[in-house]
Amino acid sequence: MKSPGDWEAGKRQIADLSLWKETFSYMEEPYAAPDGETLAAVVQTGEMEFSVCVNGQPWEAVFDKAWYPRFTPDGRLTALVSQEQQWTLAVDGVAWESGFDFAWNTQFAANGQGLAVFAQEGGEYKMALDGNGWEEGFSDMGDGALAPDGSACAAVVQVTSFSEGDIFTFKKGCYTVAVNGTAWEQAFVNCWTPVFSQDGKSVATQVRVNLYDYTVAVDGKPWDATFPCVWEPLFVPGSTSVVAPVKTPKGWTLARDGKPCWSSFFVQLLRQRFAPDNKTVAAVCAPKYGRWTVAIDGNPWKSTFDEAVWDVVFSPNSKRVAATAKDNGKWTVVCDGKAWDEKFDMVFAPVFSPDSGRVAARAIVNGKQALFVDGKMVAQDFSRAFDPVFGPQSDRLLIKGIKDEANRLVYSREVLVL
Amino acid sequence: MSQVIAKQSKPLPDAGLDKGVEGLTPEKIAKTLQAMLKAEGGARLAAYVNTCAHCGLCAQACHFCLSHDMDPAYSPAGKVKNTIAQVVKKKGKVDAGFIREAARIAYTECNLCKRCAMYCPFGVDVAYLMLVMRRMCHKLGVTPQYIQDTAHSHSVTANQMWVKQDEWVDTLFWQEEEAREEFEGLRIPLEKEGAQIMYSVIGPEPKFRAQLIYQAAALFHAAGLDWTMPATPGWDNSDMAMYTGDNEIMGRIKRAHYETAMRLRVQKIVMGECGHAFRSVHDMGNRWLGYKSSPVQVVHALEFYWELLRDGKLKLAKKYEKPVTLHDPCNVVRGRGLHEMARDVVRASCQTFIEMTPNREHNYCCAAGGGVINCGPPHKPTRVAGNRVKAEQLFRAKADGAQVVIAPCHNCHGGLEDIIHSYGLNLELKFLGDILYECMEKP
Repeated sequence: MKSPGDWEAGKRQIADLSLWKETFSYMEEPYAAPDGETLAAVVQTGEMEFSVCVNGQPWEAVFDKAWYPRFTPDGRLTALVSQEQQWTLAVDGVAWESGFDFAWNTQFAANGQGLAVFAQEGGEYKMALDGNGWEEGFSDMGDGALAPDGSACAAVVQVTSFSEGDIFTFKKGCYTVAVNGTAWEQAFVNCWTPVFSQDGKSVATQVRVNLYDYTVAVDGKPWDATFPCVWEPLFVPGSTSVVAPVKTPKGWTLARDGKPCWSSFFVQLLRQRFAPDNKTVAAVCAPKYGRWTVAIDGNPWKSTFDEAVWDVVFSPNSKRVAATAKDNGKWTVVCDGKAWDEKFDMVFAPVFSPDSGRVAARAIVNGKQALFVDGKMVAQDFSRAFDPVFGPQSDRLLIKGIKDEANRLVYSREVLVL
Repeated sequence: MSQVIAKQSKPLPDAGLDKGVEGLTPEKIAKTLQAMLKAEGGARLAAYVNTCAHCGLCAQACHFCLSHDMDPAYSPAGKVKNTIAQVVKKKGKVDAGFIREAARIAYTECNLCKRCAMYCPFGVDVAYLMLVMRRMCHKLGVTPQYIQDTAHSHSVTANQMWVKQDEWVDTLFWQEEEAREEFEGLRIPLEKEGAQIMYSVIGPEPKFRAQLIYQAAALFHAAGLDWTMPATPGWDNSDMAMYTGDNEIMGRIKRAHYETAMRLRVQKIVMGECGHAFRSVHDMGNRWLGYKSSPVQVVHALEFYWELLRDGKLKLAKKYEKPVTLHDPCNVVRGRGLHEMARDVVRASCQTFIEMTPNREHNYCCAAGGGVINCGPPHKPTRVAGNRVKAEQLFRAKADGAQVVIAPCHNCHGGLEDIIHSYGLNLELKFLGDILYECMEKP
């Protein structure tokens, strides 16, 4: 993420949204840049004419339609736009030169550099990376992925056509993964959730090799072992080795390169994550039916929750884990197995401070958003807020939110000294 | 549970069933079924199969049996006897002909409606037993062609109608644009993270019944709710894999649905008028994944409408004039107990409400549910002939003055449409959302 430059304590108004509403006949919900200096929303600028308003000023370019305004991790503003029945991505107000019959599902590279969209052109499906569509299109496309450095993109594609109702051709395997537009040689019954290795050179995906057997394929080659079910694979950082949750007769466990690598088994195992040190793995698990927690290297926390565990986040020093959990109808944050006392109607992914000592989270309580640090509320009453960011010394928190102030809807950026 | 009961009907051709049994050998069947009995045939299966006392009370509960003059082959106990009970008794040593016939019975002559379970003195859940039989047929590759194609669609697209990703988003844009001509400023908000509600629908809505999305958007708009719809797969709450016996795909698409809602950080999912999807989201898919309930609160349209009216968020400008009757969908009535809420909404929105009899949790199934209508045209005659009692029930409601049948479920709509036309009942069919949209105060 682009580091927010201004860490001077205090609050600064960035936008008067009441004024936006007075200016434009139509306005959608706004989004804030990572550094909080910019707020953007889709607005209507004329009859059947839309643009994206940035800090009160619409982009010069106007479109027949604009949607999905989102900031890249490095702070550029994107939106999917259409003009004269051609769809593309606009970045900071400038549309890509290439257009498509439809474009959707913007993908952001982790380093903020690459941008990709799904595109349909003449009934064929492809990805477009930084404006360049794949040369070859496919008759359908499923899950997609962008390399962490933005250098490559991949998607599940259909390589054999069949008519609706043709269950026999389907069973022979009609799907594979295309990387930068080139499909793997081997086709499968299904492929799901391709993912790139850290260097962007390898791709792993879940596959179903027949109607009953599942495994993981890496660069087109399936693992030797198959399982009754598998979930999303993940590359071990810095290697071509892959881990994925697999179902076995004993229950779900984590497998590495086709072989179980944890000795513990669960009713369910999902969403594994590597620590920044690339050594420790944490995942959402159900150690028994209807009880959810986090397992770290196969060892579940003692505390469990009856409805769900969702986000799993490692601290920068790899020694701590925070998660979001739902119990008895309310969400909370759980740090190292201990739940915050505060309960929420909804909570967003927790954020660690750079020194790993603090955890912040955005939450919804009674229809308003609030920000919490280590379970204590530090800001409240936002009609809409955005994820908090810790300062480089971990002693300050950047708060971005929209509030009703003196009957004006105001977006402010505030640096709070903790 | 020893003897097979002779069938009165002839098997209908179905490419999925006919070709499916072609490669089966007794060895393969026995190996597959024994493995499944060992892995998945636990105490529940044994208890149900062994507890049945053949008292016959279930026969009078089953619309298939009632519609075939109490032919015991159509009784729930008879269907069990002719399918899963034989597999258990013979320890999986059955032949391909048996599997073909068991598949036909389990997929097309039982709607998994659970009415019989209500009348069984021991509470034997025949729907569960039929699902185990279907699971075995899935494992053997003997599934009706049309519903298998639907399960394939689920596996590829996470929706049941092969709706492509761009087609879904484009449909929402289209409905939003149309609705804006009637409702100024109306929006179908896509991907609005942190909205209170995610609205989810089933595949046929973007494919054939897009007006239902329009109408739902009108309700959300009029009620001033904070809602969103996903622009990604995960928008479809339906689940035919649950009914083919492909539990792994069932779990996968339920994950997609729940996790789409969790990704969007909504507090609840409101789902359209669909019964089986509710069963999948709230009963079966969740349990396969290890959730006791669903990880995100799921509210069926009936409950949602009821809450809107109770809270005064939806105001009605008039009442629907034609006399209506109400069909109770099995999955949300026997499965969830929403029948009084449905009646409250009907009474609030319609001038004349005529009960069909039997009703509420005793209502007859539409004969489309449980995936039976999804087995396609080859089996339409089976379900139409197998639901003569529904036609008689509707006819009585019509004789009492009803002109319109409200069926708050997609599959019920399909099934009742066929019953109404095949038996010449000349009744109109509507969703409850159709009535509310017509009668609401439009801002």
